[in-house]
Amino acid sequence: MDHLPTLVTEARQAIQAAETIPALEELRVRYLGKKGEITALLKGLGKLSAAERPAAGERINQAKQALAEELESRRGALEKAALENRLSAERLDVTLPGRGQPSGGLHPVTRTLERIEGLFTRIGYDVAVGPEIEDDYHNFEALNIPAHHPARGMADTFYFDATRLLRTHTSPVQVRTMKEGKLPIRIVCPGRVYRSDSDLTHTPMFHQVEGLLVDEDVSFADLKGTIEDFLHAFFERDDLSVRFRPSYFPFTEPSAEVDIQCVMCSGEGCRVCSHSGWLEVMGCGMVHPEVFRHSGIDAERYTGFAFGMGAERLAMLRYGVNDLRLFFDNDLRFLRQFA
Amino acid sequence: MKFSEQWLREWVSPQLATQALADQITMAGLEVDAVEPVAAVFDGVVVAQVLEKLQHPDADKLSVCRVDDGSGAPVQVVCGAPNVAVGQRVPFARVGALLPGDFKIRKAKLRGQESRGMICSASELGLEEETSPGILALPANAPVGEDFRLWLGLDDHTIEVDLTPNRGDCLSLKGLAREVGVLNRLPVGGPAIAAVAATHDETFAVRVEDPEHCPRYIGRLIKGVDVTAETPLWMVERLRRSGIRAIDPVVDVTNYVMLELGQPLHAFDRANLHGAVVVRLARAGERLVLLDGQEVTLTHGTLVIADERGPLAIAGVMGGEHSGVNTETRDIFLESAFFAPLAVAGQARGYGLHTDASHRFERGVDAGLAREAAERATALLLQITGGEPGPLVEVASPEHLPAERRVRLRAARLEQALGKSLPADEVTEILERLGMAVQTDELGWSAVAPSWRFDVAIEEDLIEEVARIHGYNRLPVRRPQARLGLRPDHEARTPLGRLRRQMVARGYQEAVTYSFVAPELQKALLPEAVSPVLANPISADLSVMRASLFPGLVRALEHNLNRQQTRVRLFETGLIFRGELDDLQQIPMLGALVCGSRDPEGWAASPERVDFFDLKGDLESLLAMGGEPEAWRFEPAEHPALHPGQCARILHRGEEAGWIGTLHPAVRAQLGLKVDAVLFEVRLDALTHGRVPAFTPLSRFPEVRRDLAFLVDENLPVQALLDTLRGQAGEWLTECRLFDVYQGKGVPEGRKSVALGLTWQHPSRTLNDEEINQLVDAIITESRHHLGAELRG
Repeated sequence: MDHLPTLVTEARQAIQAAETIPALEELRVRYLGKKGEITALLKGLGKLSAAERPAAGERINQAKQALAEELESRRGALEKAALENRLSAERLDVTLPGRGQPSGGLHPVTRTLERIEGLFTRIGYDVAVGPEIEDDYHNFEALNIPAHHPARGMADTFYFDATRLLRTHTSPVQVRTMKEGKLPIRIVCPGRVYRSDSDLTHTPMFHQVEGLLVDEDVSFADLKGTIEDFLHAFFERDDLSVRFRPSYFPFTEPSAEVDIQCVMCSGEGCRVCSHSGWLEVMGCGMVHPEVFRHSGIDAERYTGFAFGMGAERLAMLRYGVNDLRLFFDNDLRFLRQFA
Repeated sequence: MKFSEQWLREWVSPQLATQALADQITMAGLEVDAVEPVAAVFDGVVVAQVLEKLQHPDADKLSVCRVDDGSGAPVQVVCGAPNVAVGQRVPFARVGALLPGDFKIRKAKLRGQESRGMICSASELGLEEETSPGILALPANAPVGEDFRLWLGLDDHTIEVDLTPNRGDCLSLKGLAREVGVLNRLPVGGPAIAAVAATHDETFAVRVEDPEHCPRYIGRLIKGVDVTAETPLWMVERLRRSGIRAIDPVVDVTNYVMLELGQPLHAFDRANLHGAVVVRLARAGERLVLLDGQEVTLTHGTLVIADERGPLAIAGVMGGEHSGVNTETRDIFLESAFFAPLAVAGQARGYGLHTDASHRFERGVDAGLAREAAERATALLLQITGGEPGPLVEVASPEHLPAERRVRLRAARLEQALGKSLPADEVTEILERLGMAVQTDELGWSAVAPSWRFDVAIEEDLIEEVARIHGYNRLPVRRPQARLGLRPDHEARTPLGRLRRQMVARGYQEAVTYSFVAPELQKALLPEAVSPVLANPISADLSVMRASLFPGLVRALEHNLNRQQTRVRLFETGLIFRGELDDLQQIPMLGALVCGSRDPEGWAASPERVDFFDLKGDLESLLAMGGEPEAWRFEPAEHPALHPGQCARILHRGEEAGWIGTLHPAVRAQLGLKVDAVLFEVRLDALTHGRVPAFTPLSRFPEVRRDLAFLVDENLPVQALLDTLRGQAGEWLTECRLFDVYQGKGVPEGRKSVALGLTWQHPSRTLNDEEINQLVDAIITESRHHLGAELRG
């Protein structure tokens, strides 16, 4: 009994000196285990008189509890140190790049087409597509461009034979949709088109998006509103000036070319706009009654508008691309810029 | 159409500066493409007369001249031009003059002879692009001492308008002036044109056999013309400013009148006309040598001007060489006709021609213009070439001339179309300004289209004219109204956009390649493919429609490899074209190509190269998007572009939907590619076809897993083993994992070890060992029986 204080002191020193969790566990067994020294003292209480027993028991229990706390605290300290060691050992250079396949990217034309489609489908237009090898009827006749019409010279056409050709615009898709006869019609038609022209500013294949809206009481004012909204949304510039210039397409009347204030120089005049301050970006007009007649739509009851634009041209203006031909070289150094 | 601003302003001259005038024309729908000064910048050049010309004592090719430049004292100047002559009037740059290119004229000594100025050529003054061979000789009446620039009116602009095909009426100064007059509410002038009195009564017979196509033909015989006479400088200049070179006075006058009034004219050499001039359709096979020297074989349907010996000209397109005017010509027969647009339309193009005349006739020439133009041309010719005019011969067929077109315009329709009601007076005024005879009633207007406006025939034409003159940009802006109806959406379909994004997520860049490819490339990759061939390709390299996405992807790979891009991952979507035109399929596809290292170079990257299974994994990630991976299978097959041992046909629901494989080494060598590439292409309709997810309840009972390793023949497709196994594994098999394929130590030669992990789970009870053992036994037995597979110990 008398050596209890010594025992406690000795145990405390041993606990403080323990450097590992197993060493600590050993000490717990040695002092507080079933056969531990403190436990032995408790077992020895029976040898004491009933009068001495409570006080002695209390002293031993206090010592036991103190040592248990000491053990726990030391264990906590050791665990903390161990964790810190581990964390320090596991330190990474988090500035190293991550592992795995980096993402690729969409072609800038797709990116542009999707953006245009998105703007229109969100307000209720559908996307319509069609064949690229077309016939004379859908590409020309039905669009009020009969054989030998001078407008056939406006677009140099790739032919396969007398009547089969590569579509020169996506308008044949409009014809096909109108022929289905489900009114009203609100569609945009994106896709590849072909013209036999190849120089700095022309490639023999390019992409168009055309739009068509046919309903009762559609006016030129609706067309103007739609085009202005579209151009403001596409270029994210609500203050972009838009002007409508009379023009001619056999399939619309009245017809207009649409100019926007040059987005490169804000209308000040630069090389891109040939110092005019304006850029021609699309064509549009009210659907010609002859086109309705070909499609079996009552031109007295229904009116409509159509518009068309070149995706590459818009992509060039939006992203500042200065050479049309880059779109079809598929050079990775070019493509990666649009991811 | 190019024209001189000064010339236009002789007809009508609004108070607008050049650019403002050009802008106004553009905004009226006649798009101005260019405004260019007609001469370069120079000053200090005057008209001078050569008084004396002496041979330079020390230079064979130089002469020493004395000129009168109006300053009083003759000026000595050394000149190198061979054509300088005494008495000539010439443009003379005085000392101090500034010529184009910032060239300052100074006092100089040329081989010892003093030279105070320079006698100029047309090119030195920027009037001609090509270097002129000699000095510019001016007419004898050029006023000596007058500023040359002022005298020739060189402070002028050439304005080029890009006219749309409907505005043939503006292919002349008269037409453009009319339009400018309308826009500015100004009266329009023009030269006074009077009938020329005949000085003899000789004519040449004209017979129109096809009055429908030639409703009016006017001819006149002019005898005794001097074709060697010089075209006056003012006319040469106007032609030049309109982009036309002077040739001889007869051609120049016909061109001049065409530019001025819009009426194409033609002059025949009377000496080469026989019998009568006949306007008729060509007989198939007739031949004609055209003015440009080209011999054409005429087709039936081509309107020709002929005589009793045969065709002389393609009507409204081009004259013949034989009957054309030349320096020997004495008597000419001048033609001024109205050919119906349909008679000329397409004819020029059919012979590979496009002429100023055909351009105008196709678009419509004012049917009332022929006589006026003939008189104007006669008067001009007489001034220049002299000659004796005969009477005009006119053959006209009034019933075939364009009928008067009266067009209705309803006020309600106009308001509906424009979204605005315009004051009735304004509408009437606009139509009248445009030259229409207008009547009004309670419903709107009725207007007679002017004879020069072939594009005014229906109500919409009038709506457009009213909108155009009123100003598009003054019309209201509104947004379309629509009913908010939902439209069907097919959840089972995977949108193309999602497939594209999946490819992007797997590290691919999207390519867009031409739909037409080089035939040799397509042949190398797909020797058997049949696809349409363009009749008029832009080049042989782009002449056959692609029958696969492979050629374009391979070309794009080449492009990148040639630019040090060694790791290439590309995909493309688009149509491919299969079959002859009459049996054509245009199939949307998605294709991809990989080449180079699996990972981009990096600190943690594996340096391994991509192989078949990398690409297949990417493809499988697409196939999984439809939610029906089991609908797809890969079977070993051969494709001419692909390595026979690394190639699979892709089946969707048992039907061929595409191909995947490594580029065939022989094909690769043929294309000059130094590295391996793996490609696939799949039909988009199959890829986008999927199903709506259908839930299966989750089982609360434990799974049972058994791993089996089989030894099979090394050539046995694992698919066969999987199929056999699935056939025997019962309905509670939930998972079958292929976790190892091994050949080498411990596996007999010619065999491979295939290890599979099978998992079963019952939805409503615990499976017992005995039933699993039975299934496993059945699998083992069947595999041995059918595939010769043995269980590995």
